Amino acid sequence: MTRLRAVLAVETSCDETAAAVVDEEHRVRSSVVSSQVDLHARFGGVVPELAGRAHVELITPVVAEALLEAGVEYPEGGRPDLAAVAATVGPGLIGSLLVGVSAAKAMALVWGIPFVGVNHLEGHLAAAFIEEPDLEFPLVVLLVSGGHTLLISMEGPGRYRLLGQTIDDAAGEAFDKVARFLGLGYPGGPVIDRIAMDGDPKSIEFPRAMLEAGYDFSFSGIKTSVISYVRKNPDVPVADVAASFQEAVVDVLVTKARRAAADVGARGLVLAGGVAANSLLRERALDVCIAEGLRAFVPSRPMCTDNAAMIGAAAWWRLNADGPSPLDLAADPNLHLPLIG
Amino acid sequence: MIILGIETSTMRVGAALGGYEGVLAEFHTTRGRRHAETLTPAIEFICAQARVAMTEISAVAVDVGPGLFTGLRVGVSTAKAIAQALRVPMIGLSSLDLLAFPVRYSDRVVVPVIDARRSEVYYAKYRQVPGGLQRLSDYRLASPRELASELMAASEESLVIGDGALRYGEVLTTDVRVELGTVGTAYPTAGALVELAHPRAVREEFVQPSELEVLYLRRSDAEINWEARHQRPGAEAG
Ligand SMILES: [Zn+2]
Repeated sequence: MTRLRAVLAVETSCDETAAAVVDEEHRVRSSVVSSQVDLHARFGGVVPELAGRAHVELITPVVAEALLEAGVEYPEGGRPDLAAVAATVGPGLIGSLLVGVSAAKAMALVWGIPFVGVNHLEGHLAAAFIEEPDLEFPLVVLLVSGGHTLLISMEGPGRYRLLGQTIDDAAGEAFDKVARFLGLGYPGGPVIDRIAMDGDPKSIEFPRAMLEAGYDFSFSGIKTSVISYVRKNPDVPVADVAASFQEAVVDVLVTKARRAAADVGARGLVLAGGVAANSLLRERALDVCIAEGLRAFVPSRPMCTDNAAMIGAAAWWRLNADGPSPLDLAADPNLHLPLIG
Repeated sequence: MIILGIETSTMRVGAALGGYEGVLAEFHTTRGRRHAETLTPAIEFICAQARVAMTEISAVAVDVGPGLFTGLRVGVSTAKAIAQALRVPMIGLSSLDLLAFPVRYSDRVVVPVIDARRSEVYYAKYRQVPGGLQRLSDYRLASPRELASELMAASEESLVIGDGALRYGEVLTTDVRVELGTVGTAYPTAGALVELAHPRAVREEFVQPSELEVLYLRRSDAEINWEARHQRPGAEAG
């Protein structure tokens, strides 16, 4: 029995230490994610220095588990049956990125196999193809997370056009800030998602910033509106605030994604990033696709949040298109998605 | 037995190979703080020049600090990954021990001092004993002024070395019994690392990659601030 070639990928761009083994056809042989959420919860957000320290502690056991689960053997003095070792090189927190990049380069060097540097955002774009390999282009991708809010037209692997992005806060950041203000804890996305189920989304009309204006987003205003509304109406049920806030954010995201899909003549709409785990956003995206006759792709929740399987999938695109990366490649906290046009 | 040594606790990035014969190959650069870019190619380079195959490495030694957080992150992650990939054990050594090692024949009390930024330094005190050095203090974090008072109160002559000693030389040498080291002894070297690691390797004083810990000495700002905000009245300052 011959097995497909596989890459070992590591992802340490923010507060998840992750490793995965992914084969050439994007089949995931293992995917291990160790979340540091509990470590950062009391600070109400990711503390970069603590994240970096935790990655250094977790990288060895996480990589070991990913290799073990995938059945990759590496006897002393021997070389594992791997095609390359990949790591996220950016964007992200520099002190976190450095851990994964350093570890991946070191393993590639001692095993004598290529190292591949991967853009974290391209990883999120590749995530959909792990679960749905025959998506057709062009696609409109709504990439929404704690750090990013991007609307992208994807014409193929490596062929991306930026349609719009946030001019201030990321969508996930707005969830975190509002949750913190409402005393709901951290991270804000899952807790607002849960509490909103018991609230009336039509009870408060929060502003939809820049709804008609192009494809850019703005989410700092809605946070301010939530704060001033609650100060004026201190007895308002928290569930109603959460539901109405979520409704406003999702409304803006979906309205723009729908218009973008029509404008570029997309065959499908894809959600990506941690906020794509939000129940209302998933539901509305599917509604839009049914209404517009588009193919919808809503990845499983573990594939939305940061993981190394998506980095492994993107690594295959990079390896096939550009070949290996040099061992003196730096981590770049501000790395941009390579765009065409 | 060949030991790979990785040194990144200061501005200097270093890698060395050593064994019974001492240092077989050594690389350093002290420019630009490009730890992540430089380290892996440096290891590749020394192995090629010394004609050592990766699979001949039987242990990985690494400087675990205290020192530059970013540098340590790169060095320790790289060292752990190499040890894990080769399935070999590790030896962790302190940057302050490494700094003191090359000046071990001084009859003064040796005080390696590493710049900890924010007007603080990491330091420890050592004395020459037959066969090497004995550490007389804990690994500490203090202001240069506090260290200067400590040296002034001490009864012996001392030698202060390291990038922290150079940066705060004026403060530290107000007492005439304190001698300031040169730039040649200002940074820990990967050569000292493999030399110091060798007897430990012979005694099999190893740790596994998952057990190796970094010596930070300073907590993150977020933790310090959080504790300050949540401190109970009368509780001791952390
Ligand atoms: Zn992400």
